[in-house]
Amino acid sequence: MSKQKKTLLLSIVFLVIMIILTYLPVAILTVYSFTESKTIGVWNGFSFELYKELFTDDEILTALKNTLIIGLSASALAVVLGTLAAIGIHSMKKAPRMVMESINQITMVNADIVTAIGFMLLFLFVIFIPNDYASLIIAHTVICTPYVIMSVLPRLSQLNPNVYEAGLDLGATPVRALFSIILPQLIPAVIAGFALAFTISLDDFTISTFVSSSVETIPRFLYNKLKVKGVMPVLRALSVFIMAAVFVVLIVINFFSMRTERKKQQIEKNLGGAK
Amino acid sequence: MKSKKKLRLSKGTMAFPYFAVSVLFVIVPLVLILVYAFTDASGNFTFENFARLGAASSWKSIIRSFLIAFFTTVICLLLSYPTALALTKIKASKRMIILMIFIMPMWINSLLRIYAVQLFYADTLGMEKGFVLTLIGMVYDFFPFMLLPIYTILADMDKMVLEASADLGAKPAETFFKVRLPLSMPGIVSGALMVFMPAMSSFAVSDILGYDGGSATFLDGKLFGNVIYYYFERGNYNSGSALALLLLVLILFSTFLSNVLTKGKTARKGGTIA
Repeated sequence: MSKQKKTLLLSIVFLVIMIILTYLPVAILTVYSFTESKTIGVWNGFSFELYKELFTDDEILTALKNTLIIGLSASALAVVLGTLAAIGIHSMKKAPRMVMESINQITMVNADIVTAIGFMLLFLFVIFIPNDYASLIIAHTVICTPYVIMSVLPRLSQLNPNVYEAGLDLGATPVRALFSIILPQLIPAVIAGFALAFTISLDDFTISTFVSSSVETIPRFLYNKLKVKGVMPVLRALSVFIMAAVFVVLIVINFFSMRTERKKQQIEKNLGGAK
Repeated sequence: MKSKKKLRLSKGTMAFPYFAVSVLFVIVPLVLILVYAFTDASGNFTFENFARLGAASSWKSIIRSFLIAFFTTVICLLLSYPTALALTKIKASKRMIILMIFIMPMWINSLLRIYAVQLFYADTLGMEKGFVLTLIGMVYDFFPFMLLPIYTILADMDKMVLEASADLGAKPAETFFKVRLPLSMPGIVSGALMVFMPAMSSFAVSDILGYDGGSATFLDGKLFGNVIYYYFERGNYNSGSALALLLLVLILFSTFLSNVLTKGKTARKGGTIA
């Protein structure tokens, strides 16, 4: 008993140390976003000055707008393409399924820089797309879709195929059955896939850098500013703003998935009672 | 029977748009890299680009990348394994929340993580930019990718097997090295791959946290990714493609290796328990 307690205590101490190591840099960043001082270690008094600067800086606001346009369009396209592909892959026989899954894996394991120069060569020499937004949205859609598939595919294999068959037996066309039976059951997985796709798009600067030099996004802006000496203080406010936004999204998603999980359990319990 | 077959066909075709997109935007670019790697600036077939990789500077950057990726993987493993183990010791109800705390940084932009490292280790603690800071940045950046697979495998591990080992008289250290560690190999392999490959091809971390001027030691110089970036930035698509192809082959080979290794291990695990 006492030995078990000792292990528990040791585990907790170790976890606390690891959490501190993980969050200390982020905490310093957050604290110093509320002061104007140019250098870290000098506290110039509490102020929202950097945040004011953040929301009046045209360059940052344009980048933010571009990031949202590209991220949201690419995730939306990836969700449509990925969900359809997942349903298709799920119904496939072993050989074609292997092919599709391998293609999926190539995109996911490939290094960003290799994917990026592939796109660059493609857009330079094979397909000419006159609009930089369009080429960026295409590139982001391609790198995000595998994550949607990975999120939807496991859910599909959990579904009860009899419900779909019953729909068909009751006279629904396959399309109707798809829309009113399969898709509604996929919604939590599709939402998770959308969120995953969006964070992948939000994280990318390598591919954006090589595909388009004219459309500035937040990650590209960050990379270019961080590369030069003497980082602008406003980046601290920008970082905290992005982190806060991502955390809010994460909490919302978790809340929803927990609620659907609880609902599912409730329904299963009720069904059990009915039996 | 007939209608079912038709249905199957119609469902399979739903994957067609994605297949078409993948061929055009995944396969064709890879073919382009292959073509550019084996041609010169005027489009003639050549091995010249690979011969040029034999130059000292390219080799040095590859070795340097390998070393830094190796150190990153080892440090991530040494930090993740005890963390994952400690996680399995605490109450199941609290586990998910603490795991979330560790995973959360993974969701924010990797550049922000690198920036946080710079702000804390360089600006606050006064560390010099260079190899050590780059290593810290990489470990900080990739740690969650190692933690997640190791935690998953440790959490799923059958406690009875560990207890059986103790009951049969194995010392705790023996149980760890002869039972727990071999059983966690699939998690370690997939975690190592998820850290090693991105670390090997990363260029942002060393761009931001690496040595920035003056004379440097061997380890402070350019990495693999930086060299590819450098070639493409200057329009030398052929040499850049040759390097990228090398990286791609390395990635595909280690993915294949990891698939084989983890599959073998899980099969054996099933065997021992049954």
